[in-house]
Amino acid sequence: MEATLERGNVLEQPPENLEGVPAWFNESRQAGWKRFLELAMPTRRDEEWRFARLKQLDFEGVHLPDPEPPAGHRGAAGLEKRAARFGFINDTLNESEVNLPEGVICLPLDQALAEHGELVAEHFMKSESTLGSAKFTALHQAHLSTGMFIYVPDNVQVADPIEVFHWLSGDHIITFPHTLVVTGRNAQVSVVDYFQSDSTARNAWAIAVNDLVAGPGSQLNYLVLQDLCDQARMIQVNTTTVARDATAKSFILNVGTAWARQESLSRMEGENAHSDMISVSIARDAQEYDQRTFQHHVSPRSYSDLLYKNTLYDESRTVFSGLIQVDEGAHFTDAYQTCRNLMMSETAEANSMPGLEINADQVKCSHGSTAAMIDDEEIFYLRARGIKSQIARQLVAQGFSVEAITRLRNEALEEIVLSFSAREFSRISERVVT
Amino acid sequence: MSLVVKDLHAAIDGTEILKGLSLEVPKGEVHAIMGPNGSGKSTLSKVLAGHDDYEVTGGSVTMDGADLLELEIDERSRAGLFLAFQYPAEVPGVTMANFIRAARQARMPEGEELEAVSYYKDLYAKMDQLGIDRKFTARAVNEGFSGGEKKRNEVLQMMMLDPVYGIMDETDSGLDIDALKVVADGVNSMRSPGRGFLVITHYQRLLDYIEPDHVHVLADGQIVRSGGKDLALELEARGYDFLKEEVVVAG
Repeated sequence: MEATLERGNVLEQPPENLEGVPAWFNESRQAGWKRFLELAMPTRRDEEWRFARLKQLDFEGVHLPDPEPPAGHRGAAGLEKRAARFGFINDTLNESEVNLPEGVICLPLDQALAEHGELVAEHFMKSESTLGSAKFTALHQAHLSTGMFIYVPDNVQVADPIEVFHWLSGDHIITFPHTLVVTGRNAQVSVVDYFQSDSTARNAWAIAVNDLVAGPGSQLNYLVLQDLCDQARMIQVNTTTVARDATAKSFILNVGTAWARQESLSRMEGENAHSDMISVSIARDAQEYDQRTFQHHVSPRSYSDLLYKNTLYDESRTVFSGLIQVDEGAHFTDAYQTCRNLMMSETAEANSMPGLEINADQVKCSHGSTAAMIDDEEIFYLRARGIKSQIARQLVAQGFSVEAITRLRNEALEEIVLSFSAREFSRISERVVT
Repeated sequence: MSLVVKDLHAAIDGTEILKGLSLEVPKGEVHAIMGPNGSGKSTLSKVLAGHDDYEVTGGSVTMDGADLLELEIDERSRAGLFLAFQYPAEVPGVTMANFIRAARQARMPEGEELEAVSYYKDLYAKMDQLGIDRKFTARAVNEGFSGGEKKRNEVLQMMMLDPVYGIMDETDSGLDIDALKVVADGVNSMRSPGRGFLVITHYQRLLDYIEPDHVHVLADGQIVRSGGKDLALELEARGYDFLKEEVVVAG
């Protein structure tokens, strides 16, 4: 009989030391594991997990993937014009293509650790996970072995986006995708993370961490296109720090998974720091998207604007919990937060918990959330032009998400998001035979 | 071949608004319906288009012999009926170009794709004719449009969809004289032996620019008087009140 690989449950498996990485990285993995063991699993009593379905945190039989990933997988076609393209299957690099300006470091994390260990150390997992998933962030820290490290030096602009594909394949496997993007002074870059899987990824997990560090005057765009199969689950913890005069824009599209928990923190650390946090989720069947956000204004005269738009079909469910915090002394802050839910069925459920905490003067802040059914008069208008009811509903729902997508203000990025969302909307529209 | 409305009764929330309305618009003719506020003008247009809020409680509507009331809202449009709305809805995130394209696509046989190049050529030509900036193709439908822009947009859609019967619901409301002329020119350019129009208006002014073959006066849910275009002038001169007196006397 062939010896089969010992596959222990990931929650009970301490990390082994990796070769070819700096000692501090292995120490960090062990520290992550220790922290993971110390922290308790979330409970219903935790404010950060209010309205969450904890039964989704099912790690029964979940294990690390085989070191040799299945071959032959390839994600979305991606962008026509790109500065680089990297692909991972189950956290193992399977493709790379680079066409970058000089000085830009864009490497798989393990390679970056070997070649630019000190630079990575300066920025690697520097932010505390505070929005509920600290235990899972620790698990990520313990087990992550690769990912992407992208560093754009001062005054370098990368015109076309960098694409990173994370592909999941196999029953009960768990991956730890990691993306760290650092921009120097007046640098510019756009990074697109794709999360996709084949249909074998049943009860599979991705626990992803992405840290974005936008240096002074820089512009950093970061997109997540989450398109996992309906049996996979995901936790994603995003931390963005925005320096003086920098603009960070993060965008999350959800069209897949059984359940995704996404925690996004943006910290305005310098004057005139600017953060846009945008998300579009298209939920159907029993899908659940649980999103927690934190707009943290540390510096005076900084700006943040959050717009999350959910379209809910069937029995789907969303949770949005957002906090704007303006620290003492962070005067003249402008901070906005909006979550809008378009209810496409009577049985879908949207939960919103917006929050504000202001400890400074001369502040302009607003927050609001809405949930509304589709507007009958819009549908009547479209149908009065001969458009069938089903298509009319699709167009209106699609239009609802467009307001968020066009905030990207970048034609290529908008197009790639629209191609995913349009595919999902027509899939939903076509499954109902009228 | 005509659009024939016979003894039409319709109600909203249990209140009867149309109380036995009869009317025939043959192809090739323009009929105007005039009437005071609350007479049922807008109800008539909504009922013909098939709005769910209105319940038809009696009578019939046929379009070239086919039972219009049996058809779904979108089927009526594809069968050749067009309603230019008094208050067109705003549809956020759906561009004008995609909206009209979807309406055109809906008229294609199953499995056939609209040809984009000729579609845009046609669209641009008609926008030029109506003095609509081509940038509007990328704007969300009616969102942030002025009153005049909305009405031009309605006429643009009518031109693009080439209906057999066009119903213009208070197309003149909210228009300045220049916009009114553009809109009227658009409608006039579509007049043909194969097409009929029902122009609903409160004021005679529009009929200076779209000259009707017949004028009907609607009051309290019924056509109370029909005549030539002079009837509109008479109404303008004497107001709707004199009609009420006549109806009372006649009744």
